[in-house]
Amino acid sequence: MRLQFILSEIGLGLRRNVTMTISVILVTFVSLTFVGSAALLQGQIGKMKDEWYGKVEVSVFLCPKTSSAPTCAGGAVSDSQKSDIKAALDSPEIKPYVQHVYYESQEQAYKEFQKEFKDQFWASAATVDDMNSSYRIKLTDPKQYEVVADVVSGRPGVEDVQDEQKLFDKLFLVLNRATLLAGGLALVMLLAAVLLITTTIRLSALSRRRETGIMRLVGASTTFIQLPFMLEGAIAATVGALLAVGGLWVGVQYLVTDWLGQSVQWIPYVTTQDVLTVAPLLIGVAILLALISSVVTLSRYTKV
Amino acid sequence: MIRFENVTKVYARGARPALDRVTLDVERGEFVFLVGASGSGKSTFLRLVLREERASAGRVFVAGKELGGLSSWKVPALRRGIGAVFQDFRLLPNKTVFENVAFALQVIGKPRHHILSTVPDTLEMVGLAGKEKRRPHELSGGEQQRVAIARAFVNRPQILLCDEPTGNLDPTTSLGIMRLLDRINRTGTTVVMATHDDEIVDQMRKRVVELSTGELVRDQSRGVYGSDR
Repeated sequence: MRLQFILSEIGLGLRRNVTMTISVILVTFVSLTFVGSAALLQGQIGKMKDEWYGKVEVSVFLCPKTSSAPTCAGGAVSDSQKSDIKAALDSPEIKPYVQHVYYESQEQAYKEFQKEFKDQFWASAATVDDMNSSYRIKLTDPKQYEVVADVVSGRPGVEDVQDEQKLFDKLFLVLNRATLLAGGLALVMLLAAVLLITTTIRLSALSRRRETGIMRLVGASTTFIQLPFMLEGAIAATVGALLAVGGLWVGVQYLVTDWLGQSVQWIPYVTTQDVLTVAPLLIGVAILLALISSVVTLSRYTKV
Repeated sequence: MIRFENVTKVYARGARPALDRVTLDVERGEFVFLVGASGSGKSTFLRLVLREERASAGRVFVAGKELGGLSSWKVPALRRGIGAVFQDFRLLPNKTVFENVAFALQVIGKPRHHILSTVPDTLEMVGLAGKEKRRPHELSGGEQQRVAIARAFVNRPQILLCDEPTGNLDPTTSLGIMRLLDRINRTGTTVVMATHDDEIVDQMRKRVVELSTGELVRDQSRGVYGSDR
């Protein structure tokens, strides 16, 4: 009896304020889509870090004949310069940061170069002497790049020190900014959602003042009086959350997996599985929103 | 059953008190008329019993409980023992007669079988048998008030509070309502009725308590409406 009664009350309330209910659903939908996007962007960054940080290397490019860099004034790198550099990398201060070092000769670099750019017309103009020989250093901790770079850069015979991670960091910066943007928009939308749910509950409570008045009079408990209103808000917000999950799922499936995943294949992408991982968070946020709004509103409008 | 000890109620700071040091005792099973001009404090008296308001000073006891010290989560339990009827009936227009009465039991969580057995009995008692499926707007004023009384009484409260129950009704219909209230009173229910209806008060010859600008000016058993008669 109780459950059935509460359910019918909820149905009545939702139908009575159908436009408000729809707007609550839409606002929670949009706001939680932003929340979900922010979470997925962070997931994307995490995936890329996992995948790439294990692979990144610091490359110490040595002077070729034709270089104009000041450290290459002496022409191509000499054998003694090379052994100095190698010795620096093997020194006990640097050793703990280095997992291993291997040497890539100009010939190897030329082969790689030709392999990578074999379709480009300008590749055939390059010669072996244009290539850099290099030390490729794998770090034990990719974040400690600076320590290693400081030791070798500026030495005679070193043209340039490049850290691949720096390239990624730019990408991560973009993704982090996008997360901030999505998060900021999510905050604004969440605020709008709270205000809207508050208004909806208030309207609902006002339109049922007669009923709640009688309920109070005949001794219905406060919980019993307030529960339908709370659940109304919670149901509308949850529907919005489910829509957001659905929207993100479709977005990830078609935009990321089917489109980005097909055109740029070397990046590990978030999958629809990740959307399902985010789903409980979104639904939780939705219910939290409804709860906050209910507590704020009902304490004022359905007082015993 | 109801005891007021030096009860004062002031709504706004500095305003004249709505009730001024009222002391009153209503025994179990009594029928009491509460009379007085508008603004004399009758409704405030009833609101204090229902704990819709708290006394500013003094103590209110209902069914042995001191309401000033009653925590708000215990208020619903108090109200389950009190029925209330108003001049404007306060029925739900989109519910049938049966549903209106059943509503009072549903919202306090009574089981379905209890509702199905109690509501028809109560409707028959108030003289509305056969009209269960009507809606309030299809009923006369007297019948609507009977629905309201049925709703107030369906949970068999110990106390029935009536705030001008005949205020919107013609004299004949009012008489019917009074007979009904009298019958309810005979079941042992304490009835407190605030009214302006001198004819009814004079006819019934019950205890009369008169309030004037918040003060208790007369308490008379088997009294009449006006003290000057």
